[in-house]
Amino acid sequence: MLLNVGPSHPAMHGVIRLIMELDGEKIKGVDVEIGYLHRAFEKMCETVMYAQCFPYTDRLNYVSPLINNVGFALTVEKLLGIDIPDRAKYIRVIMSEISRVTDHLTCVGASAMEMGAMSAFLYMIKAREFLYELVEEITGARLTISYVRIGGVKADLTEGFVDKAFKKIADVRKVLIETDELLTRNRIFFDRMKDTGKISAQDAIAYGITGPFLRSTGVSYDVRRAQPYLIYDRLDFEVPVGSKGDNLDRYFVRMAEMEQSLRIIEQCLAQIPDGQVSADLTGCVIAANQMVDSAKMGRTEELIEDEVTLDPTLQGSTRKYYEGINANKKDVVLPAKEDTYGNIEGLMNHFKLVMYGHGIRPPMGEVYFPVEGANGELGFYIVSDGRDLPWRVRVHPPCFAIMAALPKCLIGGMMADLIPTFGSVNMIAGELDR
Amino acid sequence: MGINFFTSKLNDALGWARKFSIFQYPFVTACCGMEYMSTAAAHYDVDRFGAGFPRFSPRQSDVLFVVGTISQKMAPVLKMVHDQMCEPKWVVAFGVCTCTGGFYDNYATLQGIDTIIPVDIYIPGCPPRPENVLDGLMKLQEKIKKGEQSRTLYDPRTKKGRPAEFQGGYTVEGHIKHIESLS
Amino acid sequence: MTPLERIQEHFSTQIIEVHAFRGDETAVIRPSSLRPMAKFLKETPELDFNFLMDLTAVDHLFYAGGRVQKEFRFEVVYHFFSLKFNHRIRLKVLVDEKSPEVDTLVDFWPAANWYEREVWDMFGIRFKGHPNLKRMLMYEEFKGHALRKDYPFNKRQPLIGPKDV
Repeated sequence: MLLNVGPSHPAMHGVIRLIMELDGEKIKGVDVEIGYLHRAFEKMCETVMYAQCFPYTDRLNYVSPLINNVGFALTVEKLLGIDIPDRAKYIRVIMSEISRVTDHLTCVGASAMEMGAMSAFLYMIKAREFLYELVEEITGARLTISYVRIGGVKADLTEGFVDKAFKKIADVRKVLIETDELLTRNRIFFDRMKDTGKISAQDAIAYGITGPFLRSTGVSYDVRRAQPYLIYDRLDFEVPVGSKGDNLDRYFVRMAEMEQSLRIIEQCLAQIPDGQVSADLTGCVIAANQMVDSAKMGRTEELIEDEVTLDPTLQGSTRKYYEGINANKKDVVLPAKEDTYGNIEGLMNHFKLVMYGHGIRPPMGEVYFPVEGANGELGFYIVSDGRDLPWRVRVHPPCFAIMAALPKCLIGGMMADLIPTFGSVNMIAGELDR
Repeated sequence: MGINFFTSKLNDALGWARKFSIFQYPFVTACCGMEYMSTAAAHYDVDRFGAGFPRFSPRQSDVLFVVGTISQKMAPVLKMVHDQMCEPKWVVAFGVCTCTGGFYDNYATLQGIDTIIPVDIYIPGCPPRPENVLDGLMKLQEKIKKGEQSRTLYDPRTKKGRPAEFQGGYTVEGHIKHIESLS
Repeated sequence: MTPLERIQEHFSTQIIEVHAFRGDETAVIRPSSLRPMAKFLKETPELDFNFLMDLTAVDHLFYAGGRVQKEFRFEVVYHFFSLKFNHRIRLKVLVDEKSPEVDTLVDFWPAANWYEREVWDMFGIRFKGHPNLKRMLMYEEFKGHALRKDYPFNKRQPLIGPKDV
């Protein structure tokens, strides 16, 4: 009997179509059809400049948007061959790990809800709200943030962020303990997840699977350990590895990874170098007509240090913070806002980076850079032709390989095993279909 | 004379009952789904409006929440689901990808779902904050109470059928006039 | 010896170009030498490339605004990774526009199945010997191949009707 688990189905994971061949309750064959959320990310990136690709990358894996941003920025920086200051690296690691925790919270919460554990879902979404408040504090938005820039980040951490972050991390840990009490020893949860959706390590490697899926089969491969990027080689964290490759192992691996991510954030907040340059601005607020008069006379030296009153939404991207969070390259990084609004050199620099036909121009060539996404190895492959628009931007989506291996996990099991298996795959349609 | 009084009171009572017991079908596709989940969860509760229990079958629901981008491949599925719902039914376009296509102006995205199904409430935002969603839900409740439904599709050639805010571009004078009209 | 040096030593006549831009080792080859090279990469114990990380294609029509003339229009790019030795390599296969056909690698790495379907869908490059070459991301009635440079990004096609299972 053919059963169509159609594109719009209540397991709130996105749109995918499974055509299942059943014999009573046993699954005999599965055909996976994807492409229902194809939004042409790669084609759109070829029509806009490098800095304008960031909003498109947000919406790839929309539960952990900062990891996509960081991956794209690191790839372009590798292509350009530039290095960013330490404080920016720490900030990127903190935001990546916060995104990883939100991704795992959503995955475990949604898969628990599909098996009937509604309270676990509500607890996890509550914990996710705490983290969204942290993200909103710094970036200004909850979900689609476009925070990372090529050469650094958009704005620095706010005052008092460190204490707030420690408090929220303690709250999230409490929620994780509560959920653990609800789910781990639960007879129904345990029976439904144990020995279902099994995959062996050889099959996982043959299909090119990485991430928690691979680690649950016993292979310890994490991009953060194998090819460390940013400052992961200075941090002390463990990589949890399962043994059997079934759904229960994936659940345990995700819960353990969340705890490790919280540890990483705490270490970063303790180690972060102080980036604030001591404020040695001798200038004062100058009236506009005075500025124009002295500029007409040619007295521009004193104008360079003058303060400019700025909008509160540009908080964190002023000259005081800029050296700590952005690379010191004029052809890649936008100037500080006082310079853009205050003197002509800053304005010209800003124009040259923003106008079509100008902008960031990497040398001709191609690079591939892998980052550890929440689902596995997220790789960006960028081909540049020396002009201001990218020639080809390719995302290697981690869940593409997992969905190709999904029939192998399901065949031989029962119909009801589809729900926990599909939940633990953590398929994000934005990433799968791009 | 007397019978009109009764039927209008009955309509009021029906409208009141319908607006506080919304059975929605969340047609979730993309990033807006995360904000939908946040709105439905404990922090920005949607259950206090009576809309807390999503019915995952089109035959049993009366409001279709289209959440997230609809691509060309998904459009016939959306139309089929909408046709399967029974009267009276309302449609909410959640997120700017469903209102006008968002910033995905390309070969694969439907430029607004009102080209194929009639839409009652537009909630723009990318993704809209949960407070925006609750505001849209309250406007939907007003519409349900009056028993109004939208029946018109959007025609891209004549550009008719969408609210004025999505037509044309953004001008500074228009924005200033809008701000002044609010005070 | 790095993987690139080992390949150069073994297949010295068949490699067109070699570079390591920003540390990524790359070899450019012709379609006829793809399968022997892939077999060598997988089965040599010192290389042991057991992961096919990524398979994609690039279209070089009007590269750099026409200033650089590329002889072949398409390039199919393979990224390999070895779990044991933690090294990577990239293979680029030059494909002609008039006969865009490459051999499949499905029997070596089952991961190639879906990636090759996606390259067929987006670029129109056929894979000889693929069991099930049909469209993956776009619907079957879509005409044309979307990621080619001569397909404009906002060219829309008519909507399709509903279909049965």
